[in-house]
Amino acid sequence: MSKLLQTLVNSIALGSLYALIALGYTLVYGVLRFINFAHSDVFTVGAWASFVLATTLGFAVTDTPMYAMPLILLASMAICAGLGIAIETLAYRPLRRAPRLNVLITAIGVSLFLQNVGQLKFVFGTQPQRMPPLIEDRSLVEILGVHIRLVDVTVVLLAGFLLFSLEALIYRTKLGRAMRAVSFDERTASLMGIDVNRIISITFGIGSALAAAGGLLFALKYESIKQSADATWVLLGLKAFVAAVVGGIGNVRGAVAGALLIAFVEMFGAAYFSPHMRDLYVFVILIVVLLVKPSGLFGKAVVEKV
Amino acid sequence: MTPVLEAKGLSLAFGGLKAVDDFSLSVPPRALHGLIGPNGAGKTTVFNLLTGVYQADKGDIFLAGQRLNGKKPSAIAQAGLARTFQNIRLFGELSVLDNVRTAAGVRAKSGLWRSLLRTPLYLAEEDAIVERSLDLLDVLGIAHRAGEQAKSLPYGDQRRLEIARALATEPKVLLLDEPVAGMNTQEKHAMRSLIESLRSRFDVAIFLIEHDMGLVMDICEHITVLDHGVTIAAGVADKVQQDPKVIEAYLGVPDEDEAAS
Amino acid sequence: MSRDPARLLAARVGSYRPNAIVSVLRSAYPVVIGLVIALLLQAMIAPKLGPFYAKLLLDIGIAIVLASSLNIVNGFAGQFSIGHAGFMMVGGYAAALITYYGSIKFGWLAPGAYGVDVHGGFLGSGDALFLFSCVFGGVVAAVAGLVVGLPSLRLRGDYLAIVTLGFGEIVRVLVQQTSDVIDPAKAAGASWLDAAKALGGPLGFTGTPTYVSPTPWLEDASGQQTGHAGIFFTFAIVSILLIACYRLKTSSHGRALLAVRENEIAAEAMGVNTSRAKVVAFVMAAFFAGVGGALFAHEVGVTLNPKELGFQKSIDIVIMVVLGGMGSITGVVLAAAILTLLPELFREFAEYRMPVYALALIIVMIVRPQGLFGIKELWDLAFWRRYVVPLWRKVAGGWLIPRSRQHPPAAIAKDLSSRDDDGAPKGAP
Repeated sequence: MSKLLQTLVNSIALGSLYALIALGYTLVYGVLRFINFAHSDVFTVGAWASFVLATTLGFAVTDTPMYAMPLILLASMAICAGLGIAIETLAYRPLRRAPRLNVLITAIGVSLFLQNVGQLKFVFGTQPQRMPPLIEDRSLVEILGVHIRLVDVTVVLLAGFLLFSLEALIYRTKLGRAMRAVSFDERTASLMGIDVNRIISITFGIGSALAAAGGLLFALKYESIKQSADATWVLLGLKAFVAAVVGGIGNVRGAVAGALLIAFVEMFGAAYFSPHMRDLYVFVILIVVLLVKPSGLFGKAVVEKV
Repeated sequence: MTPVLEAKGLSLAFGGLKAVDDFSLSVPPRALHGLIGPNGAGKTTVFNLLTGVYQADKGDIFLAGQRLNGKKPSAIAQAGLARTFQNIRLFGELSVLDNVRTAAGVRAKSGLWRSLLRTPLYLAEEDAIVERSLDLLDVLGIAHRAGEQAKSLPYGDQRRLEIARALATEPKVLLLDEPVAGMNTQEKHAMRSLIESLRSRFDVAIFLIEHDMGLVMDICEHITVLDHGVTIAAGVADKVQQDPKVIEAYLGVPDEDEAAS
Repeated sequence: MSRDPARLLAARVGSYRPNAIVSVLRSAYPVVIGLVIALLLQAMIAPKLGPFYAKLLLDIGIAIVLASSLNIVNGFAGQFSIGHAGFMMVGGYAAALITYYGSIKFGWLAPGAYGVDVHGGFLGSGDALFLFSCVFGGVVAAVAGLVVGLPSLRLRGDYLAIVTLGFGEIVRVLVQQTSDVIDPAKAAGASWLDAAKALGGPLGFTGTPTYVSPTPWLEDASGQQTGHAGIFFTFAIVSILLIACYRLKTSSHGRALLAVRENEIAAEAMGVNTSRAKVVAFVMAAFFAGVGGALFAHEVGVTLNPKELGFQKSIDIVIMVVLGGMGSITGVVLAAAILTLLPELFREFAEYRMPVYALALIIVMIVRPQGLFGIKELWDLAFWRRYVVPLWRKVAGGWLIPRSRQHPPAAIAKDLSSRDDDGAPKGAP
């Protein structure tokens, strides 16, 4: 029973992380109709940036002040938002009217670039690092022998807060309305006076900022940060992407639902079947969804005009 | 005489919107039929239903007696129903000749293995395909451009190439979607005689969508009028021209003030 | 059109088949030429190049196999597959399984030696087992290609990319779960099923026999040959693959495949079974990737391991295809050669290789998305047509230039046309 609860706790925490990354994929797909392969690498940069900030600001000492985490969170979100906007402006915008395949290849190029530059000596290097504990590693409450750690609670609460903020932004503000307009019909939105370029930049910025938050939370929860071209990051990003697709790509609520689903499958599969095959379970879900309902759980099928 | 193309009660709805409602059609062999209607009436949707791009919710389609419901577009094309597209869909990077070759090659007996091994059957068929393709291009008047890239062709020639490509599949019925759209009077004239000549030359029935009323009334033996997915009139040119419902669909009902004055 | 097409076709076939032997020769002679070239490369050129450059030549050959096979899917069919190394891995491991455990079961074991005796001389029984393992690896990879391709090729481009990427990762994960390679002494008694589960795990398949060596003439301390004719095998396969690619591309079936790439909806409407065409291309590509993997697995100095054949390798191959020109056989061959040479020549900058490649990819996509040659071949380029062809015609009388190029379509069109140059109907007084 305690195993069940532990797995449940892990699933929710992991699901929250996946959700933060998945949202970046789904937001960009919503406005540009393309999969930003480089998104998971922004997440990686976010994790590493948090680490670099934490150590340079001297928070590696045991007595970390309360303001340390929020400060680093905001800083890395800002850095990654800037990175995301830069990528869009430099690499994707020139190809706005080009065939889809070209942009996909460019996205892969950007992804590779980020991964491999991140490994260079003068950037992050190839040595795995350990994230300083900005959050005290203590158990908040114990239920059925399972310790609910502060870290996990923070992850879930922070992710939840960001998600609700995003929901409010998209459905209750003028900016959100503009974003939804652009995702429905870019040309008409621009005719209605919406600055499409600005909206797209903002969308990238928001998605990247969320990924950065995910990166910091990931670093806090799992502590070990591997080199940027390591397969673990690729897999993480891939699984978050699967979450977005399963939920219905382009659909914000779907991304969250998909993320939780994927995390549950992965965690329960690892706990009760085989921990080595955790990645496999996620891909099986992807294959099944793509075969049965490619538009995802909450997505709508798009009819192409012939 | 069995009609070469027959549709009975075709209906298709997108969500709540009825795109095509109870559409029926009967085209005898070598006939020239027209489909007209205001923009958005569902004409291209009818084409898409006939060619299998959309699956109809209700109704049947028969090609020379063979039932086509539920078949893939490639199977329908192989059965003998070919089409052109409203927004030209050529294979841009390929040459003009290659555009026609790909369609002509569909009827070939030699498959992948024979092409890789270059068997005599394959070589002979390839030769025949190239010759037939050049023949078709010549009939359509663009043989002199055989080696050029399709996307570099002038607009009128692109439309001709689309027709040549469709004819290469040896169809029994040819669907033309706005074949003279965007052409000047001279080009339209040439196209008009060309379309009429195709029927006997290639033993094919033609069903076309057009907005140019002059052309449609002139050459079509039978015209179906569509408005908001519903067939509002069908018959010979004169009858359709004078049908009040058709006039209303195109020109609208006179204003009450206007009618009074 | 009142002439009977069947009779005409039969007459035509007759003109192409004076007798069976001639038609077989006509169909096979390019392959024979390819084999001769491969032999020349191995026997004459490689020794002159010395060990370093011979190994480079070998690596270039394998890169060409992988890049050209991916070109069939990404270039000809226009689909976006980024898990090609996964098929390479499948083929490589399947082949290693056959040669390693097979050699042991045949009793060619050299007790206590690293690697297993590469039995028999050039084209001896060891080579036969090796070639069989290459084909076996290709077939297994082709089956994998069918399993992956059949459901996913009807998905849109981005999704296919993700599925193929996932496939590559799954194969890697699965291979990492296998147990260590069984010791030669115990392996003789083991069943094939046990052998299939013992593929070396994360450390790799240690002990694969080294059939693919660039320098088979070199002898080690005990006077034994260190390997077999790697360059010959590799370039034999290169020539078969390139001939297949060329024949595919120039046939109407190949044109139909390119049509699927250009405009899938139109191709489908013209009677091309697009899903079938895409799956066939995918399976064909997977087969050759498997063969490439088999070659790679048996290369001297290579221990087949899952890390080396992951996402990075897939991307390396994709870059070769994209930079060479998706759909261009010559372009991709050139790009594969250049991109294999460059890292070796600039070894000191190894750290910067990937960032530079990545940047190159981005810039090429923005500035010149068709890569080096686009969809055209070397002989389609303007400069080739303007300078090289007339020169060759003068020197060698147009030898080897295909008939259709000697009589371009315009000339045939003129002959067939019912009108003469002035537009008047022919034969008019």
